[in-house]
Amino acid sequence: MTEIAHPSKKGVIAWIERWLFTTNHKDIGTLYLSFSLSLFFVGGFMAMIIRAKLAVPGQTWISPNSYNEIVTLHGLIMIFGAIMPAFVGLANWMLPLMLGAPDMALPRMNNWSFWILPFAFFIMLMTLVLPGSGPNFGWTMYAPLSTTYGPPSTDFLIVAIHLLGISSILGAINIIATILNLRAPGMTLMKMPIFAWGWLITAFLLIAAMPILAGAVTMMLFDRHFGTSFFNAAGGGDPLLYQHAFWSFGHPEVYIMILPGFGIISEIIPTFSRKKLFGRNFMIYAIASIAILSFLVWGHHMFVTGIALKAELFFMYLTMLIAVPTGIKVFNWIGTMFRGSLSFETPMLFALAFIFLFTIGGFSGLMLAIVPADFNYHGTYFVVAHFHYVLVAGALFSIMGAIYYWIPKWTGHYYNETLGQIHFWLSFISINVAFFPMHFLGLAGMPRRIVDYATPYADFNMLSSIGAFVFGASQLLFVFMIIQTIRGGNPASAQVWEGAEGLEWTVPSPAPYHTFQTPPHIH
Amino acid sequence: MKNSTLKSNHPALPYYLPAPSRWPFIGSIGLFFLALSIANFVHDNLIGHYFFFAGALLIAYMLFGWFSTVISESMHGLYNQQLDRTFRWGMLWFIVSEIAFFGIFFGALFYARQFAVPVLGGDLPPIATHDLLWPQFHASWPLLKNPNPTTFPGADAVIPAFGIPALNTFLLLSSAAFVTWAHWGLTKNRRWQINLGLAITILLGVTFLCLQAYEYTEAYTKLNLKLSSGIYGTTFFMLTGFHAAHVTIGLTMLTVILVRCLKGHFQPHHHFGFEAVSWYWHFVDVVWLCLFVFVYWL
Repeated sequence: MTEIAHPSKKGVIAWIERWLFTTNHKDIGTLYLSFSLSLFFVGGFMAMIIRAKLAVPGQTWISPNSYNEIVTLHGLIMIFGAIMPAFVGLANWMLPLMLGAPDMALPRMNNWSFWILPFAFFIMLMTLVLPGSGPNFGWTMYAPLSTTYGPPSTDFLIVAIHLLGISSILGAINIIATILNLRAPGMTLMKMPIFAWGWLITAFLLIAAMPILAGAVTMMLFDRHFGTSFFNAAGGGDPLLYQHAFWSFGHPEVYIMILPGFGIISEIIPTFSRKKLFGRNFMIYAIASIAILSFLVWGHHMFVTGIALKAELFFMYLTMLIAVPTGIKVFNWIGTMFRGSLSFETPMLFALAFIFLFTIGGFSGLMLAIVPADFNYHGTYFVVAHFHYVLVAGALFSIMGAIYYWIPKWTGHYYNETLGQIHFWLSFISINVAFFPMHFLGLAGMPRRIVDYATPYADFNMLSSIGAFVFGASQLLFVFMIIQTIRGGNPASAQVWEGAEGLEWTVPSPAPYHTFQTPPHIH
Repeated sequence: MKNSTLKSNHPALPYYLPAPSRWPFIGSIGLFFLALSIANFVHDNLIGHYFFFAGALLIAYMLFGWFSTVISESMHGLYNQQLDRTFRWGMLWFIVSEIAFFGIFFGALFYARQFAVPVLGGDLPPIATHDLLWPQFHASWPLLKNPNPTTFPGADAVIPAFGIPALNTFLLLSSAAFVTWAHWGLTKNRRWQINLGLAITILLGVTFLCLQAYEYTEAYTKLNLKLSSGIYGTTFFMLTGFHAAHVTIGLTMLTVILVRCLKGHFQPHHHFGFEAVSWYWHFVDVVWLCLFVFVYWL
């Protein structure tokens, strides 16, 4: 066994070497999570600009084009910069601990997939200051807005997306190889922690979906500069082809952002219910069926584009079918809590809020899946409400719950429970104040992605903005909590939580730099 | 050397964890410069050239350094069977991601043929698209006369399937057979068979690329078939072009493997580098078969 140098050297050079050249899954997990937190605030700052603009109708302090740029980058940054890297960071930190592996399967590639990200986002954010305009067509980058009418900076966005794709694919290959090959002897796939299951299937989705996005933006680049006519009907192409290509990436992508969250919730709920996960195998089958269905429902983003009626029916029924496995999951989470010995620490509160709010997001999703109803909701704030319920109250809450749940294992300290509870309740209330009124705005017909609106929508918009500002401010508490917990706090035991089960709770807190160099045996 | 590589198959060896490495970070900077160079190239910014050289050099340096490290670690017997399985899973899933990449371009081809062109020609509902946009347009495939021939002048003719493309199919298929033959040689430790098989594979691959280049020249100069000839030229050049790029990558990898074979790096039971490249070569081969059928033939 070659012994790996402990990060004990001091000085700037040593610091750079440790963080730039690291091959340690815990270091890389920390890098991913810190990066995600920083970009969460960049994207969050953009959200605050959007809500400030929309608080009152008729404001002119931001130009319509700048508004469009902010909306575009808010979406791209939150998806590719905040949510996805956070899940990869959690996978890096926790999967080797949960599986009893010495590290990730390919530690050097692990570091590569992280370090591509800062460069990619440097290019993406650079588009804001490039001559002309930043990308101003929304995160979906529809042709011809992005081809014929796209600003010059679009090409920089395209190459940034290529880098993000490479990073995601490398990361996914690493995670899939770790899960399939580095489990401790005796840990069969069906015995594996459910978080690992969520990630195994997510990694598969990433490997299948990210190349589709790479292909779509490559076509865009060629249409823009090399005379191809993929998305140009004058040459026999079709702008709708872009939407088909984009959403056959885009729909798996939204499950990439929620399946690891399902895994996290399925870890947290049993711990604080002091019971085993109810219907464990069905939870696994449910995740797998959701993943398969995710490739067959892209058309529900395109109901008003004039696709054939038969296609609309196909996509409608398959989309509604997703409610079945999702319903199984919600039922089983509740079944786990049923007659459990519940306690309500912050991770559990986030998990409960996840179940409650994600279900609301799921219901509005069902409403959107119904073709004739969608004709009314499409392109309104109802859609914005829907996907913020599943992405903020869903994906983001699961990440926050995971951080509260595992931070004692990472730092060796408990966080300040009072602070955690305050952060949770502020977030929980403000998120509903911010996004629930959007349902009404949408049903009343307020179009999304428009810089201004008619005065009858004013009151709900003001309410929504107040909620958004409170939510944004509450996240400063979250950062404060993280820094405070890193610096000190009540020492955490190895098991951390009374009801916690699994290999990750057998190693000391904080987890040593190297763990499970000899794999444990599972019976 | 032989003993140490054989020892690496010992199951009791712990999973190898590499020390901190500078290659991933160098690779990231290289990709950063390459990405910037592409974005600058398309705007005719001169700085794109410098970025390209910087990026390409860094990537080449990274690939050389990283693979040298991996090869030397493998030769020193640091890799156990579990790590070998990791490499197998890694390569397999990488190829799956490549399949998805080609999949979307094939998807674009099928979509254009089945939906976009027929709708524009009024063969499928909605008819209004045809009546309102280009009522004189007739759908056909291969599409020689585009809906708007002024912006997208069509090609005069297309490449017939049973000429160079059929010959190329024969070349690639036989190269796949030779790489397998070389692999048999490796498992039986017949050095001459490995080297000869690989050399023939590479030769066939290079011939394929030359013929492809000739075909492109013919298309541009004689047939007026260009990237900008509407959706037929678009799908034709993008699909065959990305395939040719993958053949080039595959040939580079095969050459490295041939050099490693000549140096005696591989053992009958320990040669994942060889297998990974042959998997890749077979993948490139299957993509070509689909291209031949759906792009050239049907």
